[in-house]
Amino acid sequence: MAEFIDISYLKLVVAAAFLASIACGIVGTLVVVNRMVFLAGGIAHAAYGGVGISFYFGLPMFPSVLGIAAVSSGVLGFTGIRVRHRSDAIIGAIWATGMSIGVILINMTPGYHGDVMSYLFGSVITILPSDLLIIGLLDLILILWITIFYREILAVSYDPEFATIAGIHVSTFYYSMLFFCAGTIVVLMRFVGLILVIALLSIPPCMVEPIVPSLGRMFFVCTFLNFCFFIAGLLTSLWFNFQAGPTIILVASGTFILAELVRRISKNYG
Amino acid sequence: MTNNIVLELENVRFAYSRTPVLENVCLCVPERDFLALLGPNGGGKTTLLKICIGLLKPEAGSVKLFGKDPQSVRHLVGYVPQETNPNAFFPIRVIDVVLMGRINGRRGILKRYNDVDHEVVKETLKCMGLWELRNKRISDLSGGQRQRVMIARALAAQPKIFFMDEPTASVDRVFQTELYELLKDLNREKTVIVVSHDLSVLSSYVKSVACVNRKVYYHSAAELTQEMIEEAYHCPVELVTHGRIPHRVLQEHER
Repeated sequence: MAEFIDISYLKLVVAAAFLASIACGIVGTLVVVNRMVFLAGGIAHAAYGGVGISFYFGLPMFPSVLGIAAVSSGVLGFTGIRVRHRSDAIIGAIWATGMSIGVILINMTPGYHGDVMSYLFGSVITILPSDLLIIGLLDLILILWITIFYREILAVSYDPEFATIAGIHVSTFYYSMLFFCAGTIVVLMRFVGLILVIALLSIPPCMVEPIVPSLGRMFFVCTFLNFCFFIAGLLTSLWFNFQAGPTIILVASGTFILAELVRRISKNYG
Repeated sequence: MTNNIVLELENVRFAYSRTPVLENVCLCVPERDFLALLGPNGGGKTTLLKICIGLLKPEAGSVKLFGKDPQSVRHLVGYVPQETNPNAFFPIRVIDVVLMGRINGRRGILKRYNDVDHEVVKETLKCMGLWELRNKRISDLSGGQRQRVMIARALAAQPKIFFMDEPTASVDRVFQTELYELLKDLNREKTVIVVSHDLSVLSSYVKSVACVNRKVYYHSAAELTQEMIEEAYHCPVELVTHGRIPHRVLQEHER
């Protein structure tokens, strides 16, 4: 397989991987420290409804999926704030509903839909230079956002009640986090797939959360880890001729399990 | 603003579900008061505190802090929550938590912490015996140390009024005394409101007592009778006094 891959195309994929790592590192960190992984999963699956809408109504893919992801993150954010005690049940409902809408709409669309799977599980082959631009733009917005509002984001994530008293508009930051999460999921849809992106958002932060001293450090370490997983996963997928998305995820989860084992063993014998 | 009344509650009612937690609550706290809120579990002490600082909105009645809506004067409030562990495994160091207190009242974005902020935080950390622990992660601290961090964060804000929800629940006796000595000191300029169901708090520090059990009974001069405590707790409570705590007698509640 490897010999068929054009070197300039490989460069494009590596650049996309680097940019995607930044978005995943920042958003993943926030999702994990705010205990919103389940919420992110809900957004990602509901976004599949957008894929269906795009197919059925013949609308452009990216805006449809982004629209549905944004709407569902808005609804999820609202329930998270207003009816906190029921929010996990509502996430579950939205999760499955969005997905079902997607499936039914695609069923109703005449013709062959072989590429549907690529939205769920990613397809690196479809990466275009324009995708690079979109991921880069997302990174830029994310970096500006966390640089300007670092103290506020830290306070809201650590202790929302105290942040409220400190005069920070907590729900605005909460919604922003969800929208950025939706944005990241959608942007990475074609790269690693709607469903698989959750692993990239949760595995690196989960690995480093117990050892880093600050949120800022966590952004960097997670970005670095994600990039390693991307590269190692891409190389493995080329070597074995596997689909890239799932391979990247397996490399990440494999590393996670290994690191956890090493940590436990060294704890017991150290 | 009414003549040096800093906190005024009028006919406040609050319920989480159907049963009201607080009903017909009226409370006037003068400037530089040192008020202890006493009462049983579920009596509404924490709820009352959260209403006073605008974290909860009362169903009925009005709350005025410094003569205004509590939400608009939050920068004057120092709050120590009962929960000392808002996010136990969060990757954050002691010094960063205390620095958070300095966000207070600053609006401009991109405004970093300045030298004054760092100086205040340094002093506060030293005062709370946390300076050596400043670079430790919160998750590496004990419950008592974490509680000190929460107190330090409120102190670093340099507020005009303190609301502390059982600030000494998990700290040792020595630190408890130190804290109350410090609060007594701060009380010369600032108002202090402390929730506790520990009667020993009533020792020589507080100036007034409010018993909270759905209703609020305020005793301006710190007095204490057996009947009053029974009223607030709805069951007879033995009045425990340690040797060094002066016995105080409060008047009966007016009906």
